[in-house]
Amino acid sequence: MRKVAIYGKGGIGKSTTTQNTVAALAEMGKKVMVVGCDPKADSTRLLLGGLAQKTVLDTLRDDGEDIELDEIRRGGFCNTLCVESGGPEPGVGCAGRGIITSINMLEQLGAYAKEEMLDYVFYDVLGDVVCGGFAMPIRDGKAEEIYIVVSGEMMAMYAANNICKGIVKFAEAGAVRLGGLICNSRKVDNELELILAIADKLGTQLIHFVPRDNDVQRAEINRKTVIEWNAAAPQADEYRKLANAINSNTKFVIPKPLKMEELEKLLLEYGFLN
Amino acid sequence: MKTYPASEHVRDELVKGYPAKVAKKRLAQIVVNKKDETCEVPEIKANTRTIPGIISQRGCCYAGCKGVVLGPTRDIINLVHGPIGCSFYAWLTRRNQTRPEGPESENYMTYCFSTDIKDENIVFGGEKKLRKAIQEAYDLFHPKAIGVFATCPVGLIGDDIHSVAKEMKEKFGDCNVFAFSCEGYKGVSQSAGHHIANNQLFKHVIGLNDQPPEGKFKVTLLGEYNIGGDAFILEEIFEKCGLTLVATLSGNSTIGQFERAHTADLNCVMCHRSINYIADMIEKKYGVPWFKVNFIGAKATAKSLRKIADYFDDAGLKEKIETYIAGELAAVEKVAADVRTRCEGKTAMLFVGGSRAHHYQELFAEIGMKTLAAGYEFAHRDDYEGRNVLPKIKVDADSRNIEELDVEKDPQKFRLRATPEQMEARGVPHRDYEGMMPEMDNNTLVIDDISEHETEELLRIYKPDIFCAGIKEKYGIQKNGIPCKQLHSYDYGGPYAGFKGAINFYLEIDRMVNASVWKMLNPPWRKKDMPELEADYVKT
Repeated sequence: MRKVAIYGKGGIGKSTTTQNTVAALAEMGKKVMVVGCDPKADSTRLLLGGLAQKTVLDTLRDDGEDIELDEIRRGGFCNTLCVESGGPEPGVGCAGRGIITSINMLEQLGAYAKEEMLDYVFYDVLGDVVCGGFAMPIRDGKAEEIYIVVSGEMMAMYAANNICKGIVKFAEAGAVRLGGLICNSRKVDNELELILAIADKLGTQLIHFVPRDNDVQRAEINRKTVIEWNAAAPQADEYRKLANAINSNTKFVIPKPLKMEELEKLLLEYGFLN
Repeated sequence: MKTYPASEHVRDELVKGYPAKVAKKRLAQIVVNKKDETCEVPEIKANTRTIPGIISQRGCCYAGCKGVVLGPTRDIINLVHGPIGCSFYAWLTRRNQTRPEGPESENYMTYCFSTDIKDENIVFGGEKKLRKAIQEAYDLFHPKAIGVFATCPVGLIGDDIHSVAKEMKEKFGDCNVFAFSCEGYKGVSQSAGHHIANNQLFKHVIGLNDQPPEGKFKVTLLGEYNIGGDAFILEEIFEKCGLTLVATLSGNSTIGQFERAHTADLNCVMCHRSINYIADMIEKKYGVPWFKVNFIGAKATAKSLRKIADYFDDAGLKEKIETYIAGELAAVEKVAADVRTRCEGKTAMLFVGGSRAHHYQELFAEIGMKTLAAGYEFAHRDDYEGRNVLPKIKVDADSRNIEELDVEKDPQKFRLRATPEQMEARGVPHRDYEGMMPEMDNNTLVIDDISEHETEELLRIYKPDIFCAGIKEKYGIQKNGIPCKQLHSYDYGGPYAGFKGAINFYLEIDRMVNASVWKMLNPPWRKKDMPELEADYVKT
């Protein structure tokens, strides 16, 4: 079983990219479980067709200790398995602690057990690695491959670099490695060149450049991944390419995060001087 | 007479095992006392972070706030917002006694209140559970007041305990609800908790009732926590001397006393470290001056009573106090003289608190015992060197983290009871504390935030006849064949305050230092004339 976590700046398109990629992997015949690690619990909406899913933490709160795996795991598009960790409303409690609790619960319930015959588990993690809880998927080898979703914007690069720092910290003690950057294009100038340059500096690769296409939004409004909404759409092929690239990926590295000055110099060079 | 190595040598010996950087920091906290004629003492480093890895005596901010300052008040429900252990292990452990007015009167000290927060409350926030717990406490007991105490996890998840307290206070209308952000990790020791407790009591309680009790000479007693019944003794003394006790903070106290604390004409400060903030703030806002008193030790008690008499400058009061002192001293001196025959020349060390290590030296001196070394757990430089160093104390980031209230004169309620000039004319100090070091002998050791290692070294080098500390240190010390008197809880003893308390203490120390049990602690292998033990392995 390959254990993959998707990180990236808030709003960059992690959940959309994850679900579309998972759909492509499932279409290839892979058995995939998606664990949404965002308190908003919207990481599996497209796979489940908008079906409101009761989160692990809500179930834990309402039903106490007596929980069955089926209560918190739903089947989605093409036999994917979907779980939402859930968490508190904005501004209260500790979402990070929530993720720790819910991943532990999944483990105890046997969600990762051999009998489940999973090929992949995907963690879709909220934003930046802000505290210990959000690093949970990359701690203790819960996730071993990290992909960072980026675009050619400055703040996305800052976030990616910061996530790499988190990976380094845990990579030294465990098995976690960076698998590559995924570009979710915003169509800004020099986007590809900038990301290639940064990937190179970080010691990783751009695993796929996903072009901007409004079909993604059209599928989303229908609560579907692109593949489910229109398997023949060109964008569906982009996600298939990304899924293939991940499936055949062998380049797993401990990243070399850039110093702030280095990063800013690079951004100036590619983004803002032209 | 035992002889000891030079104190400077001992000082080096204590830090010998430390890495250079640690040794350097500790040496600034280990000082050989030297007084010149003007009572100038050397500088000591205090109220700084304990070095990780060193086992020190300190407690946490929550302990200082909930345990020390608020714990002894009987009719406030002290509700701990946190996992159950923080409340359970702080439940009745300080031996604060209390005496409700009657069998029907409120006394919540024997209860243990906690929100008992769980994983789920950490994840989703604990405010709802707190609100429910406050409501439950109110419905069950209808108390006059509920205090809410934040523990570490509550601070981390950011529960807004103050707005919950405010909301519930408004909802009830007849119950004062206030909260303390006293998370254990704040500050460098329990001292931070004292300050936070002082601030909140001043903001939410003191000044609510302007009606003082009847009486000509109205005083408060600040920083007296009724360990082992000390406050009962002092209440009796005040009554017999004709002094009206408006409030005690907080031994044997009620919320009603706190509400009227500002109506006294003099604030007497016992434990300077834990309560000087309130003394200062009451003076600024209401015009009530304060000075330091010490009711530990017969002579110290007499001195403090005379100070109070001088402050009120009333011939009748002075006479009454003198008569009272004369009546009490005779019995005390008789016991002291007897005990002295067995204790004279014996030695003591005191490492405890933020005032106790100072106060109890008086009692030892009265039975002829010498203090070789002393230090505090959580005191600041002014408690060692005196308040004249206050302007010189560098405020570090850890202290800045604790709120400093901005207090102004109350336009209606401010009434200056005595100007500093008037106080000077009456021969009483104003807002003064000279600290521990000026009262200690030259060449004694003064050690701040002593570690377990340093404690063991001191025991080895000096072999004192008694060591005063707390429960964490007690059994380590006694394993070295030296009795340990707990000065936090008094073990099972007390009261030790005032004249009667002094007698109790003399007898207790006499019993402890002269008990032959300590001489029997020598195991066979330490005896010189014992042959070495020999044995063969069992052949198989």
